[in-house]
Amino acid sequence: MLELTHDDLCNMSHGETAFSIDDYKKGVPRWCPGCGDNSVLNSVQKLCKDKQLVPEKTVFVSGIGCSSRFPHYMNTYGFHGLHGRAFPVAEGVKFRRPDLNVFVITGDGDCCSIGTAHWIHAIRYNMNMTVLLLDNSIYGLTKKQTSPTSATGTKSNTHPKGSVLPPINPIQTTLSVSNASFVAQTVDWKPAHVFETIKAAYEHPGFSFVRVIQRCPKFMGDLYETTIADQSALTLLTHENGIKLDEKAEKSFKNIIQHNPSDINKGREYAEMKDSIPIGLFYQNKNAPRYDEYGAHNIGMPVTERITAINKELDKYAV
Amino acid sequence: MITTQSFPIEKEIKNRSITVSQHVVEIVSDSGEGAQKAGQSFGSISAKMGNGVWTVEIIPAEIQPPARSRAGASGIRIRIGSEKVTNMGDHANLVVALNEQVLYGRIAQDAYTKDTVILLENKWALKNKEEYTTALADFNAKGFKVIEIPMEAECMKYVSDAKKGKNMWVLGMLCEIYNRDITKAEDQIREVFKKKSEKVFEDNVNLLHGGYNWAKENLDLNFEIPPPENAGDQIVMNGNEAMAMGVMAAGIEVCAMYPITPATSISHKLAECFENAGGIVHQAEDEIAAIGFAIGSSYAGKTALTVTSGPGLALKTEFIGLAVMAEVPLVIIDVQRGGPSTGLPTKVEQGDLLAALYGEAGDAPKIIIAPSTIEECFHFVIKARKLAEQFRSPVFILSDTNLATGVSPFPRPKINVESFASPIDQSTWDKNVSPFDWDPKTGISKRPIPGQKDGMYTLTGLAHDEDSKVAYEPEINQKSSEARSRKIAAVLQTLKPPVVNGDESGDLLLVGWGSTKGAIEEAVATARKSGVKVSSLHLHFLSPMEPGLEDIFKKFKKVKTVELNYSDTIGDPLITKKSRRYAQLAWLLRAHTLVDVDCYSNVFGQPINPSKVLDMIKEKLK
Repeated sequence: MLELTHDDLCNMSHGETAFSIDDYKKGVPRWCPGCGDNSVLNSVQKLCKDKQLVPEKTVFVSGIGCSSRFPHYMNTYGFHGLHGRAFPVAEGVKFRRPDLNVFVITGDGDCCSIGTAHWIHAIRYNMNMTVLLLDNSIYGLTKKQTSPTSATGTKSNTHPKGSVLPPINPIQTTLSVSNASFVAQTVDWKPAHVFETIKAAYEHPGFSFVRVIQRCPKFMGDLYETTIADQSALTLLTHENGIKLDEKAEKSFKNIIQHNPSDINKGREYAEMKDSIPIGLFYQNKNAPRYDEYGAHNIGMPVTERITAINKELDKYAV
Repeated sequence: MITTQSFPIEKEIKNRSITVSQHVVEIVSDSGEGAQKAGQSFGSISAKMGNGVWTVEIIPAEIQPPARSRAGASGIRIRIGSEKVTNMGDHANLVVALNEQVLYGRIAQDAYTKDTVILLENKWALKNKEEYTTALADFNAKGFKVIEIPMEAECMKYVSDAKKGKNMWVLGMLCEIYNRDITKAEDQIREVFKKKSEKVFEDNVNLLHGGYNWAKENLDLNFEIPPPENAGDQIVMNGNEAMAMGVMAAGIEVCAMYPITPATSISHKLAECFENAGGIVHQAEDEIAAIGFAIGSSYAGKTALTVTSGPGLALKTEFIGLAVMAEVPLVIIDVQRGGPSTGLPTKVEQGDLLAALYGEAGDAPKIIIAPSTIEECFHFVIKARKLAEQFRSPVFILSDTNLATGVSPFPRPKINVESFASPIDQSTWDKNVSPFDWDPKTGISKRPIPGQKDGMYTLTGLAHDEDSKVAYEPEINQKSSEARSRKIAAVLQTLKPPVVNGDESGDLLLVGWGSTKGAIEEAVATARKSGVKVSSLHLHFLSPMEPGLEDIFKKFKKVKTVELNYSDTIGDPLITKKSRRYAQLAWLLRAHTLVDVDCYSNVFGQPINPSKVLDMIKEKLK
């Protein structure tokens, strides 16, 4: 019986085909016009083409929510599962399949509310996967309820007079979990930055967490209007080891800070910025222990060896 | 290295020896005194001598209940026989008690009877004189034969702290009383203390011989339980260990779990040796993540299972619904304990049948099987893995505390390649075949695995068509539901009607499932010897329900299930035939066969014993 080992799986030949961007497209997205999900989808498809990811070796795992429809629009393998539970599924996919490129698409309700426990532990497992938190600060699919990232005072159908609690800061939360290894933030109205951030995330060897701050034109239409109009409302974190923009793209930012992503304390400080939205790479550690390496250490063991081990174990119970 | 020359290892059978066909032995103590370790060793030694054995742990609900408390009885029951032993038996014949108070807990559970021999630690005669004296009087009044033994004083001859090691002294004493092979006992001790130092091993061997020699010189008590002529090539283990071995023999690669009593020891066993057999244990952050992880692995083509118990099952329900909806193969082992809620964590119950079958929202058909012996715990994992893949479905294995912790020998299984999961398929998928290409007759379809070219699809828990596209048309949900349901009918096609134990017609048919088989069949055999027309039937498939039941039932005047879950008793306040809530299998059988199936059940949290079933048979046929 042929068992596929780690190397067999990872080095399997897939012909010489060059994949075009259309090879990654499937169906017509049912997102609202102007929804940030559309721009993220475009960036991800461009990344797949640039990296020539083999479609059948790529898996998009999502939870439930507007953004979690994402896998349906990728011509790869996909898993559109349960609300809040994308992380455990993605971990299970990756655990014994190091050859698969795993992406997790999650939303603010999915990741920061119903799935919080899985989020925290997924950071700690630090398995090699690219995580995109598409955060529009509102529940869209269920029609405008307060989200854990809604700003205090957000008027919604569950808090018509305005929400009462301060929001979770997903960047700060991620930075606080031991073994965090890649934490970045971008905004949907800066497509060049979105793409470069997702690219850096994909290239990171570990759990790369990207929060994409997004507009919801349907329910939160005016939330970022002034931010988008005001060039100083964003602060670009940049560094030779951070997320790189070309000169032209960088020129569209008024506030630019040099931030070395190996400095977690500075990263935490910037994550708390109040008057401006910081975007860029807050923290990266390429050497954090990875649970997927532990998981893959004995895959593809020959059956004869396995049977010998079982018989050896049974010997201990022999009468 | 120590030698055993200074000890008499050969021993003539004393004249006082009495030959018996079976004996029930108990060791009871406070928690943490090693009674279970001694009892399991005693059971293993007996199995290794060829005897039939069944052990049941006596576990208090608390980790460390107060010392000398009646509710804190901790320990083990070991039933040894000249033939195969299938259940814990009735009243104990011989009990070793490390204090007198814990015996009250067992008396309340009707574990002892007149003539039960009690070997009692006598140090409490000084320390707790009043309680001890009262207890002795109580025990004598009940007709127990109490022998007071200076266990602690004897142990102090070998170790400075008798708390460590008294259990091995007791084991030595029992070995002498039952003529167990002392070299086998030493081997067993080496296995138990393999991770400890040579000094620890040496101390424990000295205690073992100390107990052995003391019994030889001081006790006029000796029993011979001859083993059967040829038991064949056997192994001895508990049900959870058998499950773990079954997981490896099934070629499963991933066990994703979260700690929960009494299922966890399956993963302990796996954690010990799974990695040498090509698999790995994942301890998830919670029960939900554990099953999600297993589903992710299975979706990616790696055979996976999750193990849990009642409260964990409740949490996993949403994911089980997804596995049904998206047709992800998955093995779920549920080692049942008392419920609902946190319930009785360490006690036995068969209370999850309906939750397993109907726990999810909507219609979620799935396969459910239940082993009835420790041997079946091994084989059913392989069966479940095959069923899960063949029918692209979650498969439940419903075990329980009684099987999980019970130790019994069974024929050593041959491990072969056929029982292993097939290697992952990475060939190109036929583009013309949909990911849910439901066979119109059986509902079965083949699934693409990530890595298979041209097989790309997005699995979804939303209603979907053959192409896994989200369905907005009402016909598609109806059609896909039919396909999933039909798979259960297709499984049924592969089953034969069950075989009745006893005559195929008569006055009463008892129907059971799971760990109660041994007790039911022993009671039926006893009743039949006295001319009662009773038979029994034991079900191993609960979804689909095994075929031909209606025809079998109709040949009996009365049909009654025997179960360890709750049912109302007619005659209790407000309870009539109309208001009665039946035991779980009885509900299913009544619906399934339209036969007026009665039930006998309770939730005392104890394994059922033959005499209780026998009393019920007599009552029912009055």
